[in-house]
Amino acid sequence: MRRTETALEEERTTPYVVDAATAISPSPGPRDVADLEVAARVTVIRPASRVPRLDVGELWHYRELLWTLVWRDVSVRYKQTFLGVAWAILVPAFTALVYVIVFGKFANFPAGSTPYPSLVVAGVLPMQYFASALTLSSMSLLSNLPLVTKVYFPRTLLPLAGVSVPLVDFVIGFPVLLALIWKYDTWPSGWETATAPLFILLAVVTVLGLGLLLAAINVRYRDVRYMIPVFLQVLPLLSGVMFAVDQIPEKWQWILALNPMTAVIAGWRWAMLDANPPDPAQLAVGVGVALVLFVSGLAVFRSSEPRFADTI
Amino acid sequence: MPVAIEVDSLSKKYRLGEYQAAYGTLRETLVHAARRVTRKERHSPAREIWALNDISFSVPEGQVLGIIGRNGAGKSTLLKILTRIATPTAGRAAIRGRVGSLLEVGTGFSGELTGRENVYLNGAILGMKRREIEQRFDDIVEFSGVEKFIDTPVKRYSSGMYVRLAFAVAAHFEPEIMLVDEVLSVGDAEFQRRCLGRMEELGNTGRTVLFVSHALPAVAQLCDRAIWINGGRVVGDGSPADVIANYLHQTHSSGTERVWPEESAPGNDLAKILAIRVPSHENMPPGVMDVRRPIAIEVVFRVLREGKPVFPKLKVLDREGATAFNAIDTDERWLRPTPPGDYVSTAWIPGNLLNEGSAIVEAAICSLDFPKLQHHAAVYEAVSFEVLDPGEGDTARGQFGGQWRGVVRPLLEWTVERA
Repeated sequence: MRRTETALEEERTTPYVVDAATAISPSPGPRDVADLEVAARVTVIRPASRVPRLDVGELWHYRELLWTLVWRDVSVRYKQTFLGVAWAILVPAFTALVYVIVFGKFANFPAGSTPYPSLVVAGVLPMQYFASALTLSSMSLLSNLPLVTKVYFPRTLLPLAGVSVPLVDFVIGFPVLLALIWKYDTWPSGWETATAPLFILLAVVTVLGLGLLLAAINVRYRDVRYMIPVFLQVLPLLSGVMFAVDQIPEKWQWILALNPMTAVIAGWRWAMLDANPPDPAQLAVGVGVALVLFVSGLAVFRSSEPRFADTI
Repeated sequence: MPVAIEVDSLSKKYRLGEYQAAYGTLRETLVHAARRVTRKERHSPAREIWALNDISFSVPEGQVLGIIGRNGAGKSTLLKILTRIATPTAGRAAIRGRVGSLLEVGTGFSGELTGRENVYLNGAILGMKRREIEQRFDDIVEFSGVEKFIDTPVKRYSSGMYVRLAFAVAAHFEPEIMLVDEVLSVGDAEFQRRCLGRMEELGNTGRTVLFVSHALPAVAQLCDRAIWINGGRVVGDGSPADVIANYLHQTHSSGTERVWPEESAPGNDLAKILAIRVPSHENMPPGVMDVRRPIAIEVVFRVLREGKPVFPKLKVLDREGATAFNAIDTDERWLRPTPPGDYVSTAWIPGNLLNEGSAIVEAAICSLDFPKLQHHAAVYEAVSFEVLDPGEGDTARGQFGGQWRGVVRPLLEWTVERA
């Protein structure tokens, strides 16, 4: 008796709710096929497996969310800036200008047969991509804290979006290199131009591996935030951004070869500027290191993933 | 009836050390690790907590299931596992269909994006396909009432508009299974009411709903079935009325006095509660109070060290677990740091305030750590008493003898004039 009364009272005092009921679900009528499909989907929750693995099927299932996250970050990236997307050209252009003046004019860094400005821009563009991608992906879990603590999706999407977003900048900045190629009239001639995307892919694999690793560590140790800028300041020197790697003593070439970005930049110059081809053995070392980074980064990320929400 | 949720021996262990390290620096962890290696510090099993301990139940499709229990009983952990935010330590659970939770309202909203863009973003995060969002977009916007501002960045929205838009998206997401954690739901009363309304309506349209709440009346009213979780285990399962009755019965000391021995007194290193009692009224049976006379509640507590100003706080609940009121002892002595020692603080509930029926008393020793009220010692449902109207015609019910509803029933002053 008493409960009925309460219910009636609730209804009187919350007319809103009654409206909502009619407004949202007119009738639980026939649903479309997609809905039936998900209705049949059974999710099984189990303790995390000991051996981390990449669930490609699940990533594919969430592809729309990846796309949405990338789209969100791209559209927010230059919001409320006066120059807007022009920054994607200005940042590499200014960086290259400084390098050309300091290292080309004063320090006389070795460039080989390539015009120095082209050489630098061809190095700065992938390096700029690497720097943005590493920063975004390693911070991706923290900067999406509300998502990580409230909604389930494969967390791998966040670093993945982090390395995808700066690709847009890379594409927008690319005409700077084209302009220099046009100016010095060094159009690439051979089939090697077709390999250019492969070197960018190598950069993506490298930065994704490192980004996954650092993002996972960053959940527990905020030290990562301070490490990255230091690392990124040194990296251009260790990747041959302002010099041609084949012009330095061979001993040093092998040390730099351990850095996959050296292979990326040397290969990219070969593909775009007709520079000397990268030494195959050194290239192999770079690719090997990139793959090791990727696999270990993914393993660390996946194995600590179940604890993200508990520790973040 | 097909099963929507099947939970099978689910357990979740938290390591307390892990919590501590969570915000630590790398250096602290290295130091800890070094100590562990040199055997100065061991990982003791006492630092592990089973938030869920071998929980099993199954929920048929279309059931509205209430989950009740004290704070820290494991209710929220269970929801976190079912929404897959946290992973279980052992056991398994199977869920048929998409899961949504009202926790997610507004999750992932980006201030720089427009309302329109955020609808798509939020929808995708909740798990809607782009096509679904497109189909419902007009309804969502109409429901939210922010049509005019749909192409304005949401950082320019008022908080009300923001919440309305966020809620509109969540309300048009129709998962097969809805998880609602009342404890964690944010927002104003209006918003919470909407959440409850949305839940009720989902229940009516045959969706499966899991409702975690402290509001026992809401559970009794909205749910088909209730589960009581205590210490990470299911200790009661059945009709809401039965489970709630059991819960209240078990957790009440059902007496007017409760005394704790010193070593097991509830509290921390600052303050402990030693006893709570409700002295009986003269010429009345013990535990039964005359509605017209003031009721005393004595809280005996011990301050163990000088630290901050601490003070007692009371909470009085009605028999359904709804809060009648909270009150803090405002004596001036509690404004200064409290010297160690034993104190007896007596609160007087005025006569003609509480309605007839059972009343349950909770007590806590608190300090004000602005803006939070820090509880140093707390006892829930510690003592209870019965309020009775002798029916002599001098109370708020006058000469009427029938059912008299309300948490309180003050004796009002009436003035009357002949118009």
